[in-house]
Amino acid sequence: MTKLADAIIVGGGIHGCSTALHLCLAGMKPVLIEKDYAGRHASGVNAGGVRQLARHVAEIPLSIRSMEIWERIEELLDDACGFESHGQVLVAENDTEFDACRARVAELNALGFTHEELIDGPELRRLVPAVAESCPGGVVSRRDGAADPARTTTAFRRKAAALGATVREGVAATNIRKEDGLWRVDVGADTYAAPVLVNAAGAWAGRIAADLGEPVPVETVAPMLMITSRVPHFIDPVVILRGRKLSFKQFANGTVLIGGGHLATPDQDRNETVLDWRSLAISARTVFELFPVMRSATIVRAWAGIEARTRDELPVLGPSSRHSGLFHQFGFSLHGFQLGPGAGAVMADLIVSGGTQTRIGDLGIARFHPFTP
Amino acid sequence: MNAAPKRDSYDVVVIGAGPAGLAAAATAAEAGLSTLLLDENAGPGGQVWRAIASTPVTERSYLGADYWTGASLVDEVRSGGAEIIQRATVWSLDRNLEIGVSVGGASSFVKARRVILATGALERPFPIPGWTLPGVMSAGAAQTMLKSSGLVPDGKTVIAGQGPLLWLLAAQILRLGGRIDRILDTTERRNYLSALPHAFAFLTSRYFAKGLAMMREVRAKVPVVTGVSELAAAGDGQLATVTYAAGGRRETIPAELLLLHQGVVPNVNLAMAAGIEHRWDDRQLCWSPVLDPDGNTSVQGIAIAGDGAGIGGAEAAVVRGRIAARAAVDALAPAAAGKLAPMATLRASLAKAERGRAFLDTLFRPAPQFRIPSGDTIVCRCEEVTARDILDAVAIGATGPNQLKAYRRTGMGPCQGRLCGLTVTELMAQARGKTAQEIGYYRLRSPVKPITLAELAAMPKTETDVSAVVRG
Repeated sequence: MTKLADAIIVGGGIHGCSTALHLCLAGMKPVLIEKDYAGRHASGVNAGGVRQLARHVAEIPLSIRSMEIWERIEELLDDACGFESHGQVLVAENDTEFDACRARVAELNALGFTHEELIDGPELRRLVPAVAESCPGGVVSRRDGAADPARTTTAFRRKAAALGATVREGVAATNIRKEDGLWRVDVGADTYAAPVLVNAAGAWAGRIAADLGEPVPVETVAPMLMITSRVPHFIDPVVILRGRKLSFKQFANGTVLIGGGHLATPDQDRNETVLDWRSLAISARTVFELFPVMRSATIVRAWAGIEARTRDELPVLGPSSRHSGLFHQFGFSLHGFQLGPGAGAVMADLIVSGGTQTRIGDLGIARFHPFTP
Repeated sequence: MNAAPKRDSYDVVVIGAGPAGLAAAATAAEAGLSTLLLDENAGPGGQVWRAIASTPVTERSYLGADYWTGASLVDEVRSGGAEIIQRATVWSLDRNLEIGVSVGGASSFVKARRVILATGALERPFPIPGWTLPGVMSAGAAQTMLKSSGLVPDGKTVIAGQGPLLWLLAAQILRLGGRIDRILDTTERRNYLSALPHAFAFLTSRYFAKGLAMMREVRAKVPVVTGVSELAAAGDGQLATVTYAAGGRRETIPAELLLLHQGVVPNVNLAMAAGIEHRWDDRQLCWSPVLDPDGNTSVQGIAIAGDGAGIGGAEAAVVRGRIAARAAVDALAPAAAGKLAPMATLRASLAKAERGRAFLDTLFRPAPQFRIPSGDTIVCRCEEVTARDILDAVAIGATGPNQLKAYRRTGMGPCQGRLCGLTVTELMAQARGKTAQEIGYYRLRSPVKPITLAELAAMPKTETDVSAVVRG
């Protein structure tokens, strides 16, 4: 039978769950459809970085809005989400990289953004004592930090459900169509109908967009992470490198998460990934060189989450340029976790008020369809 | 014997040198296939024939005739053409049949055209109050010490649990002059009745007479309490007492060592990490791989033999190993298959070896209270998570073992769920009113055994080592 809702959200990652919650806060009753369970893929298994640092200028306003929500996340979700704010540090390994850091911070300052600060060698070593002596400096974003991704995503889902969202997990949304002015989606034996459809289906969102006549150059990727056994506490902030693929974070329990964007081979239809240990060995080598204290740690586990990466590595966020009532929120290209809370708030603005104060104009789907009116 | 693999690729790579792996490697090598046998232990034999080539226990009757049958199979493998590497830890296997293996602190990759997993069994978790206290250990660990080093308990010792291996261990300890003060048999009385329909097959199996003789031997020397329905270990930082209830009577006895055992289950970690489909086995109460009659899994090119394919015992394991290897030979070198035992003969041997298994599974089906703990009893010892913690997580939305990780980090410690996985599945299934199959299991990931960062860092470089903009 057909059930009416105020909005249908396809995808139970942090983005879909955040949008569901923010729509509930605005008084709407959305239905969220997730083929597996909330946080099953990238949203639940990413590095948990809550990072404004080193973002593309086009998504900085969204990142800043998100940060404001992160800083009151417990108030919003009744769950602290494991969020800790010890800053994130970008390390320059040589003078050329340090010059690039200096230029970047100057560029941001000129645009009026002040969250990134250039730091010299002594300040770098104060923040990250274990880093190799040869590193001349870097950039810090002091309000950044990290959170527990699975816990955060399920906290959004739980709060949305508590405020009246219908959450359907374990059944895929199929036969997505618009009939009689309403978006209709089949979910098992049920059909949901709503004036609004949000495509937040992560790695599966590209197919939905294409089926609705708005193809986007997007590929499915699976960035790998690995975690070590517990080692004595030696680092607080999250560390990323300017010149090499590495992100690095020590948890309160002593384990160290090593990421940075080396890719596994995804198998989207099987919900599976095949790890590329030769690439993980590169990450291990980088850590080995940079943090001698880590050399005797053991690798306990490695994994990868499936997500979407667009050609320009920027998300698709905003209304469809082809259908009324359709909104896209996908393609976060390996850096969507921190943006989740803010993107949900922005989507609620767009859906409820038809506009938002947050500058997201460069993230629209129309950038891939220059000739579509 | 302790160097890295000699080649980059082999026709057949066998993982595990217990009964199934030895038989598989011997068979594949006999047919002329390039065969690599990787085993984590210091010598071949697995758990059942542990230290077969090196045990200090020379009086053959102490370990029993079945133990020494392993020696001839080891000879067969050693005189065949298989390359054998001991102390080789396989930490990764994927659907491309690429194997990550660590030997002597250095890792390398080998490719296989066929992989035969013979990773055997693990002891089922036995989560009673106090099971993590020093002084409480698994019967299997005690047996390892006995076979490898001839060590047996000499303090106040209690053995609790059930199953054929428990009686075998008790007999072995006594023969070697060890001390056992009491045996607490947790077999449920009603199981005797449920097992009755399978009794005929068991009576005609060779396990029957052997088992009976062993139980008689043990009972002559040790007081045995049957029908034990409650069990708890206690002590201040060290085991001091064991409390049990049986037939309405409760007693607390002093103990320095408590050996626990309630059967074995397939060791699924490597197979699951390779993406092989498993299903919940209601009779054996564990996860077993989905296999065809030749032992082939859902991943093309990977077969499983031995107890890892479902508990069947050593004799069945040997035959399953030969069947899996013969199937590999049929696929890779059909012309060479003629010199091997015909498949029909092997299948008949397997049926014979598996006779009586249903009886044992039913009789020794562990009681629910010893599988599904409650209250403050620890479930996950790596992260010290109790049964109550798990139920609390279920109450706020953890629907299965993988969601539970986010709340409680269960299964994320060094044991990778080996000590808690079955308990977590059954506990969550009970709490949510679902079947174990519906609740599922941890998604397991390589490395299935930890490797050091230094070892991973030392692996061969590739051309993809390029710098790129950081995104995390």
